[in-house]
Amino acid sequence: MMARTLLAASTLSLPHVNYTAIMPELIALGGSLLLLAVAAVTPRRLPTTVYAAMTSGIGIASLVASLVLYHDVRQGGAFVAIAHSIDVDGFSVLVMTLASCVLILTPMLAAGFFEREGLGGCEYYALACISVGGAMLMGAANDLVLIFLALEVLSIPLYVMAGLDYRREGSGEAALKYFLLGAFSSAIFVYGIALVYGATGSTNLGEIAAFLAHNVLVANGVLYGGMALLIVGFGFKVAAVPFHMWTPDVYQGSPTPAVGFMASIAKVGGFAAFLRVFISTLPTLSQTWKPVLWVIVIITVLLGAIAALVQRDVKRMLAYSSINHAGFILLGLQAATAKGATGSLYYLFAYSLLILGSFGVIAVVGGRGDTGHSIERYRGLARRSPLLAGAFALLLLAQAGAPFTTGFFAKLYVVEAAVAAHSYALAAVAMVSAAIAAFFYLRVVFVMFADTRLAEAPAGDAALVQAAGAPAVSAVGASGSGVFEPAVAGGGGVLLAEAPVRLEEETATPEASATGEEIRDGAVSAWTWSGLILTVGATVVFGIWPQPLVDFAQHAHLLF
Amino acid sequence: MLAVATLPDAITFAIAAVIAVVGALGVVLSRNPVHAALMLVMTLFGVAVLFVEENAQFLAAVQVIVYTGAIVVLFLFVIMLIGVDRQERVFADGFNARRALTFFLGLAVLAEVLLLAHERWVTGAHSVTGKLHGAAANVSDLGHAIFTTYLLPFEVTSALLVVAVIGAVVLARRHTAGDEPTERPVLAAGEPGSGAGEDANSPALEGAPGGSGVDR
Repeated sequence: MMARTLLAASTLSLPHVNYTAIMPELIALGGSLLLLAVAAVTPRRLPTTVYAAMTSGIGIASLVASLVLYHDVRQGGAFVAIAHSIDVDGFSVLVMTLASCVLILTPMLAAGFFEREGLGGCEYYALACISVGGAMLMGAANDLVLIFLALEVLSIPLYVMAGLDYRREGSGEAALKYFLLGAFSSAIFVYGIALVYGATGSTNLGEIAAFLAHNVLVANGVLYGGMALLIVGFGFKVAAVPFHMWTPDVYQGSPTPAVGFMASIAKVGGFAAFLRVFISTLPTLSQTWKPVLWVIVIITVLLGAIAALVQRDVKRMLAYSSINHAGFILLGLQAATAKGATGSLYYLFAYSLLILGSFGVIAVVGGRGDTGHSIERYRGLARRSPLLAGAFALLLLAQAGAPFTTGFFAKLYVVEAAVAAHSYALAAVAMVSAAIAAFFYLRVVFVMFADTRLAEAPAGDAALVQAAGAPAVSAVGASGSGVFEPAVAGGGGVLLAEAPVRLEEETATPEASATGEEIRDGAVSAWTWSGLILTVGATVVFGIWPQPLVDFAQHAHLLF
Repeated sequence: MLAVATLPDAITFAIAAVIAVVGALGVVLSRNPVHAALMLVMTLFGVAVLFVEENAQFLAAVQVIVYTGAIVVLFLFVIMLIGVDRQERVFADGFNARRALTFFLGLAVLAEVLLLAHERWVTGAHSVTGKLHGAAANVSDLGHAIFTTYLLPFEVTSALLVVAVIGAVVLARRHTAGDEPTERPVLAAGEPGSGAGEDANSPALEGAPGGSGVDR
């Protein structure tokens, strides 16, 4: 310690700032300022596609910076930078790359939506840039204080995005709900940091790991308490059950492209820090936290899959399905091995692209006003717009883990890691939940494709069907939602309930015309198509030829 | 606890303590919310003086700048916006079960704190901050930490401020009628598109009968 004199205060030696180490973050955060500046100096409001193009450009720039960093790490090895607050290792570089990909795809899948809704302006894109910067920092942070700040930089833009659609009450409600619960979980997280600091004397992850490796705490109540609170804080961000309560409501209420973005980036950032803190910093305590995560994984995968079965709102269904995915990613974390971390990262990669693309399709099908998210709206979608339905079917099948898609390998790797760590029961439960989940993914695919024959039937046939169906329809009531009551009763009854619903569609006005528009392939904007082509393409290409992505993930070693 | 070295210290402590306690009582007992907020300012100032006496100059400054300068002013803004005239009769409905529960929880926390202060049940790293080195030392220590160890976290807070500005502008902006490009589709009650919920607390109630509708 230096002598505390005025002289000493004047000879402050600043740490060396390695700008390449944080270049992707700087590009993303600086990009948001660029967007705001452009919006401020242009006299008239620019079309939303201009901002979208700029944002994709920012994403490409940060992707290039990430790959340069990847090259550096491959050549020169991992290193810490800026007063030990940043880790530059294979893991953080992979997280940066993934976050950059999300930043490239997000504006593509959002531009069409904002153009249609007339919710122009650069705010959405500027917020997306900042949020992505926060996610990158979460992956690279080597200090609990920085992780907390990055968590806030990641989350606060998401709260604002949730409330972006001022015309719908649901959007404001989602924003408020997300904000209040998020602020609450952040407070819990900070308390966890304080307790860990109290027990180990540092907030630096490397120093914490070193302290715990060299000291045995006789009474470690504070450390355990801090660890538990950290699990709660991270669990909220990644929507693991019992901390998942916000997910369905927020996903249902928020503007659809924002949902795709928050579903991907919040999980990327949350899991990046979750994996680093628990696998590389607290491995000495793994015998304590593994059983806790064991329970969390089981209830997360099961509740996510089972609750999704009974949903009739597609956004809500995907919310529960993302909870199920969070359970799978936690499965890799629970293994507490390098293999598990690799599996989790691969899963994150696959999941982020899938969920972005899925919500891109939902944003199109939702129609003007962003309200048509009932599963009924997807009936016969394959006939009206075969390409859109095909893309959605592929994305859903990949989420279900169908072979020849990234989703299959993602599930394979985490389950493999769990088996290698001797968590056989856990792997079995996860596979059962995947089977349950496949059921509701396939239901949407079935609804989109299987009813084409009936809908194309000539008028005479339709009349026959109508006559046959009339008693059934009157029995369950004329209103659309009345028909769904039996479906809600249980998962097993869902398919049975399809029959009266199908007849109902023939008698009542089809929903597409009720809202005054039809979804046609030709009407979908080129931006959406390019985003969908990229997500679906990556899903299929890396599903058939997974080696490059696997290599990439396997180089994602944690520094400590 | 009261290991006061000199007489001036003792006198300062006594005055500041009285100010803090009287202020705290005032917050709880005053009927007028504005008075309560001003009493809170008094408490915070008293506590700030106590911090200075404990050589915690930074905490004292933060106490005055952040709490009295920002938070209490925010309270006052909210009170002004809601209306000063409304008076809440806090003790109107007597001593019910919820109050009793709160009281016992408070007692439990107090007992817990006393127990912890008395019993050493945790071990961990020893304090790494070192001793205080007379006046203003901890302020310069903190400055050192911010510009060396925590340089990057300190800079990252600037991103938080940008987000706060954007968020506030986006959410608080008033939408004029001409600004709205599309008519909100009016959903029939129970139409599938309204997402009539499986969950009672689903947010998509905008189409439900009796829903108050958006602000237009």
